[in-house]
Amino acid sequence: MGKILEINGPLVKLELPQTVIGEQIRVGRQGLVGEVIGRDGDTALAQLYEDTAGLRPGETAEGLGWPLSVELGPGLLGAIFDGVQRPLLAMRARSGDRIARGVAVPALPRDKAWHFVPDPARQAGGSLAGGDVLGTVQETESIRHRILTPPLIQGELLELAPEGDYTLDEAIGRVKLADGHIEKLQLFHRWPVRTPRPFRQRDHAVAPLITGQRILDTFYPLLKGGKAAIPGPFGAGKTMLQQQIARWCNAEIVIYVGCGERGNELTDVLESMPELKDPHSGRPLMERTLLVANTSNMPVVAREASIYVGITLAEYFRDQGYDVVMVADSTSRWAEALREVAGRLGQMPVEEGYPAYLGSRLAAFYERAGRVETLAGDHGSVTLIGAVSPPGGDFSEPVTSHTKEIIQTFWALSKELADARHYPAVDWLESFSGYVSSAAKWWAQHVDPNWESARAEALDLLAASEELQRIVNLVGVEALSSEQRWTLEAAGLIKEGLLQQSAIDEVDSFASPEKQFALLAALLEIYRQGMKLVKLGAPARRLIQMPLLAQARRWKSQHSSDDIAALKAKIAAIPAAFEPLLQEYAAPSTPREASS
Amino acid sequence: MKNIEFRTASSAQGGLVVMAGVPGVAAGSRVQLRDHAGRVRSGLVIRSADDAVLVEVFEGTDELDLERTWVRFLDEPFKLPLSRDILGRVFNGAGLPRDGRPPVISADRRDVNGEPLNPAARAYPREFIQTGISAIDGMNSLTRGQKLPIFSGGGLPHNRVAAQIVRQAKLLGEEAAEFVVVFAAFGASHADARFFQESFEESGVLNKVVMFLNLADEPVIERLLTPRAALTAAEYLAFDLDYHVLVVMTDMTAYAEALREVAVLRGDVPARKGYPGYLYSDLAEIYERAGRIKNRRGSITMIPVLSMPSDDITHPIPDLSGYITEGQIVLGRELSNQGVYPPVTVLPSLSRLMKDGIGKHFTREDHPHVASQLFASYAKALEVRGLAAIIGAEELSDADRRTLAFADAFECRFIGQGEDEDRSIHETLNLAWELLSMLPPDALTRVSEEELAKYHKGGEA
Ligand SMILES: Nc1ncnc2c1ncn2[C@@H]1O[C@H](COP(=O)(O)OP(=O)(O)O)[C@@H](O)[C@H]1O
Ligand SMILES: [Mg+2]
Repeated sequence: MGKILEINGPLVKLELPQTVIGEQIRVGRQGLVGEVIGRDGDTALAQLYEDTAGLRPGETAEGLGWPLSVELGPGLLGAIFDGVQRPLLAMRARSGDRIARGVAVPALPRDKAWHFVPDPARQAGGSLAGGDVLGTVQETESIRHRILTPPLIQGELLELAPEGDYTLDEAIGRVKLADGHIEKLQLFHRWPVRTPRPFRQRDHAVAPLITGQRILDTFYPLLKGGKAAIPGPFGAGKTMLQQQIARWCNAEIVIYVGCGERGNELTDVLESMPELKDPHSGRPLMERTLLVANTSNMPVVAREASIYVGITLAEYFRDQGYDVVMVADSTSRWAEALREVAGRLGQMPVEEGYPAYLGSRLAAFYERAGRVETLAGDHGSVTLIGAVSPPGGDFSEPVTSHTKEIIQTFWALSKELADARHYPAVDWLESFSGYVSSAAKWWAQHVDPNWESARAEALDLLAASEELQRIVNLVGVEALSSEQRWTLEAAGLIKEGLLQQSAIDEVDSFASPEKQFALLAALLEIYRQGMKLVKLGAPARRLIQMPLLAQARRWKSQHSSDDIAALKAKIAAIPAAFEPLLQEYAAPSTPREASS
Repeated sequence: MKNIEFRTASSAQGGLVVMAGVPGVAAGSRVQLRDHAGRVRSGLVIRSADDAVLVEVFEGTDELDLERTWVRFLDEPFKLPLSRDILGRVFNGAGLPRDGRPPVISADRRDVNGEPLNPAARAYPREFIQTGISAIDGMNSLTRGQKLPIFSGGGLPHNRVAAQIVRQAKLLGEEAAEFVVVFAAFGASHADARFFQESFEESGVLNKVVMFLNLADEPVIERLLTPRAALTAAEYLAFDLDYHVLVVMTDMTAYAEALREVAVLRGDVPARKGYPGYLYSDLAEIYERAGRIKNRRGSITMIPVLSMPSDDITHPIPDLSGYITEGQIVLGRELSNQGVYPPVTVLPSLSRLMKDGIGKHFTREDHPHVASQLFASYAKALEVRGLAAIIGAEELSDADRRTLAFADAFECRFIGQGEDEDRSIHETLNLAWELLSMLPPDALTRVSEEELAKYHKGGEA
């Protein structure tokens, strides 16, 4: 047993010989929990996950013997945890609306019995290795929880419980380790959050993550197992975009980490998810979702941990063979927490107060994403999507610039677009995706062989319009040729009719890949038809007056993804809308006119 | 320990005092210092070890004589006594009466730091508050339990706007305001404080207001306590007494500057512009105390006023605030110079909770689309205005000229309104349609065809 020597904010100096860095500690009469971050002889420096007010020098301190770990087993889905995996619903039942200090509640409920079905392939006497599936628990209607052998176990399965109801504390089996030691198996196990969970090997990511958001899926795709960042100033739409992804993406498990952000945003997720249905499975979204919340008013030290808690939970579901998406809002708050720790340890700051290892920490964290072959030989993936909150919206600041080098998909949010309420405010020029060619294979196979060329055509149009807009801003629209004016108009059509997508419009909020492509093809068709006319000499002015252009801007919110047929009918009618003008402008001598 | 006076102060500087050899002092404990003149100052323990205890003194360390300073450790955090009687009272930044009346006596004394609300206990704010100001109600609506700051600058009428909100705020269908008000001023001028006091008096709500005042010439460190004391009172009124509390705080910039001052003394590593890295978390501790709680009737709606240094929204104080609050109402110098009151610059303004508190069940079914259309049309119009400035208005097309006329009318008639003008949300939305009708229906693609047919004055869509 050690004792407290000094309290300084969240930091305590302890007399605690033989502790190791990272060890969990419990201090004071209230039993506040924290972790050791430094050692000097017999004294240790620790930071607490809870407010230190009221602690006194001389109070006791003890090392708990393990690093910060999470409990992994049935009961995770639908739950909301704090940054060190304390269950917030159970905490509320225990200590009321406010988070009291020193409350120890196990992460997973101990009183609940789960119906366990052993895996027939597991026989007593057989060998057992880490990651092997022991059996399953149907945790929610849509998710079957595979009970995994803890990763580091290797030995002989002595006994496995028959089908039946078991609580987490009960044994469901016994295994004899190589050293002869006999270990009890339970429905859950623990894993230290700062250590990546092992897998057999990395796999290539193959399928795009469909988010239902057009600018993402169609223009800047992300793959299952990929890494993406969403940087943007406040109010640009980072949280909304992440919530949209959490709602509509075609992952099987979603981990939503609220790291140093608003309490109400988590309340929003908690209140809305049970009401919404997964468009892919038809089940309530909360059944596949799990929340980790260290809001901005909760202790900073646990904020740094929350990201690791989230990613470890993600890896655990990956190891069961699931495609998992983790969204982290915001990784900047995590980096800031890191900066605070570094500052307290007196480490040399390099840029804007951040320590030199910021880049490598970020990289190591994002490395935990990926598609893998699991220890059990299944395939699973963790897709990581981190929001970045650059101070003053300046993308050259350390967290944004380091992140940009690590990730493959960059969804840059722009203040100008957000101010004009162009949502999602994803800047089509600043953003990029390194996954386009892989995604193209999928789109060609599943949706339309022309996806890649249509996408490129639309992007070219947008880039061209940017140039033209610059000219207009200098000398006015009259300086443009008809062709150029039509290009500008068509780009506007793409922006409003395709890129803009309202998260709060029930129909528009989610677009299936088919709907996305149908809209893209339709708007390009309008562009081409118009261009044909302009080339025949029709002035752009006439085209711009066509009612079709206003109508097409509304198609996205008039037809849901289940109603593609009606959308296609409108597309089929596009040429007819141009017919009168074509009659007027096509020279009578062209062969086409002559034959009609 | 409470009753022992120690005389072991070993150093004093810039508001911090080091006490030697007082073992076992609790971190965060409140401290009373008696100086040679018998004056009592108060402070907080910010670092505690057996050989040295660091105390932050709210009234500062000027004229402290180390040998003749007696210090008591009260062994408890800073607490505020609470009862119904706080309504109508005026306190200083540390919660002591400054209205000449006796202190509030109550057994119910609460730690001003509060405890973080469990996110699972929050109830999402959804009730639309009508402020009677079109730029807010129509385009940046406030909901009950929201924290929506006013970002302003020196010389802009933020106080008048805040006072107008306090006067006019009500829920739809409600007759008079049923709010109580907690008003906190830190670093504010005497004139500002008097302005609010008189405004409350005029609207006859003084007995429903609690004030916490730490004015510009009063101790700087006390400012760190002022918003916390005010919010402790607000939480009590809201969640114990079921009141709907409107908290007006001014000026968050003075608060952040006080924090920086103390951080420098403590030797904390600065992040941006000398502000400590924990400014974000510290501001969040304050702002996040707004909200609603499941199964409780009351609410805390917060309107902090924040003056942006050099009108720069990317300055750390507005920037970090914007990352925490649920939107911002931005006041602009340009509109103000044009004589527009309230000079709300709508494009950078935002209400994040608006989407959940307006529309069919709350205000009117066309409200979300109308708001979105106003933003889009006005953003477009500003582009045209920029172009007109370059090529001359004569060179503009007819369509562009219409757009310009819309922008002017929008600024004068929609944003601009009287300081005593209390527009209902219906009046606001009808006015919006009147202005949108200056534009052809084809240019209004954010509203539906049905809405155009119903509301656009130019007839059929
Ligand atoms: N896709 C969207 N559809 C509709 N509104 C949006 C969308 N994205 C953002 N918004 C609006 O912008 C506001 C700010 O978005 P938010 O995601 O909270 O920004 P950030 O997290 O970047 O600060 C939201 O409250 C909402 O009103
Ligand atoms: Mg956000």
